[in-house]
Amino acid sequence: MLLSSASLLSAATIHMLPRPQLLISSLALLCMMHASLAVAQALPSPDQGRLLATGGVTQLEGAGGGGLTPWATITGYGSEDSYGMTAHVTQVGTQDYRLRTAGVAIGIADRLELSLAKHRFTGSLAPLDKLELQQDILGIKLKIAGDLVTDQDSWQPQVAIGAMYKRNHAIKGLEALGVTSVKQLGAINDSGVDYYLSATKLLLEHSLLINGTLRLSKANQMGLLGFGGDKRNRYQLLPEVSLGYLINRKLVAGLEYRSKPQNLVVDNEKAYYDAFLAWFPSKTVSLTLAFAHLGDITVFNPKNQRGWYVSLQIAQ
Amino acid sequence: MKIYSYILAILLSVNTAVHAQSGTASLYQDLGSEAGISKIVDESIIIFLQDARIKDSFKETNIPRLAQLLKEQFCVISGGPCKYSGDDMKVVHQGLGINAAQFYALAEDVQIAMDKLGISSATQNRLMALLAPMKRDIVFPKSKT
Repeated sequence: MLLSSASLLSAATIHMLPRPQLLISSLALLCMMHASLAVAQALPSPDQGRLLATGGVTQLEGAGGGGLTPWATITGYGSEDSYGMTAHVTQVGTQDYRLRTAGVAIGIADRLELSLAKHRFTGSLAPLDKLELQQDILGIKLKIAGDLVTDQDSWQPQVAIGAMYKRNHAIKGLEALGVTSVKQLGAINDSGVDYYLSATKLLLEHSLLINGTLRLSKANQMGLLGFGGDKRNRYQLLPEVSLGYLINRKLVAGLEYRSKPQNLVVDNEKAYYDAFLAWFPSKTVSLTLAFAHLGDITVFNPKNQRGWYVSLQIAQ
Repeated sequence: MKIYSYILAILLSVNTAVHAQSGTASLYQDLGSEAGISKIVDESIIIFLQDARIKDSFKETNIPRLAQLLKEQFCVISGGPCKYSGDDMKVVHQGLGINAAQFYALAEDVQIAMDKLGISSATQNRLMALLAPMKRDIVFPKSKT
């Protein structure tokens, strides 16, 4: 059946393409089908095969990691022979703003992670009490070296590269000021891509987890205020650090730091910090509680925004 | 910012304190020496044999012999005065077709056994640090690490 549909597709391309391309495209098609068939055979059902907590939680932009920062870990508990899926909801509430995120992700063969998340950021203090910013984030992450758990006898961390495509929606709640796009606040684009490299080292000997991430980004407030700006419009290399202590098999406490660009005149953007406690009662659910420090979000409200971060992750 | 420095300091001192407590005592002593390791292994095996994920792998295993070898091995790797009388890990596991999920299930069962016996998490993790790299010699042939 697969073969017949492959030949059907190849037959269809015969009429559309000159000869050399025809051969290449048919070959590519067959390769793709073979690959997807192989993947389908290799991945029967989620095995939840890895150790508790090794998939991390879900960070703000939907990738597996800590709360603020993507780690080199692959989301969920699928082993190298399987896959795992996660869904999450997160809320960060500060004095004057609230960010809600929700998303789903899949980790394939403990190597590749794909994620989709949605942000909804709202204000509660006039004149921004009607403000609503939204964005969608599509993420991909590939583990390229090392293994978090088994590399205990060397300094090799687990290393992954990743990208996040972000698309900002129209601004709501500032219509009275005639503002409906982040571009009117100084951003150059309403969509953008972040690239990152993460190295995560689990030091079981010391019950410590250390993550360092280098992110290339133009995103203002993660992209909620667009990409690039009137002050600066080029990619910057931004370090992010997480440190965790394994209190026991089910409980991890730690700190995170994430540096940010300052591209906009209207936003003297600050680094994010948090102190977190992540609880993994089982492989199907985790709950993260953190106290987060997001800095001042706009020059119109210089108050440092701080508040509780709560995140629930369901894994399969 | 200050609050985070405090928390960082607390985290680091907790970690240092945990290690200061164990001081120069070897992992072997922290596991309760011969008697402690014996209990850990016996408890672990009870859990292995009830664990649907792995119990079938032990169908043809000589359990008393397995217990003996695990006790010797845990003793040796934790710095105890023992000799491991079994064969090389790689040789023993070749052809058994143990996959990654089964390896981690086994590791998890050892953790659960240690939880039951009230062994501190820091000590458990020190043993796990020594067991985890063995995945390379136990999981064939798909292991990429």
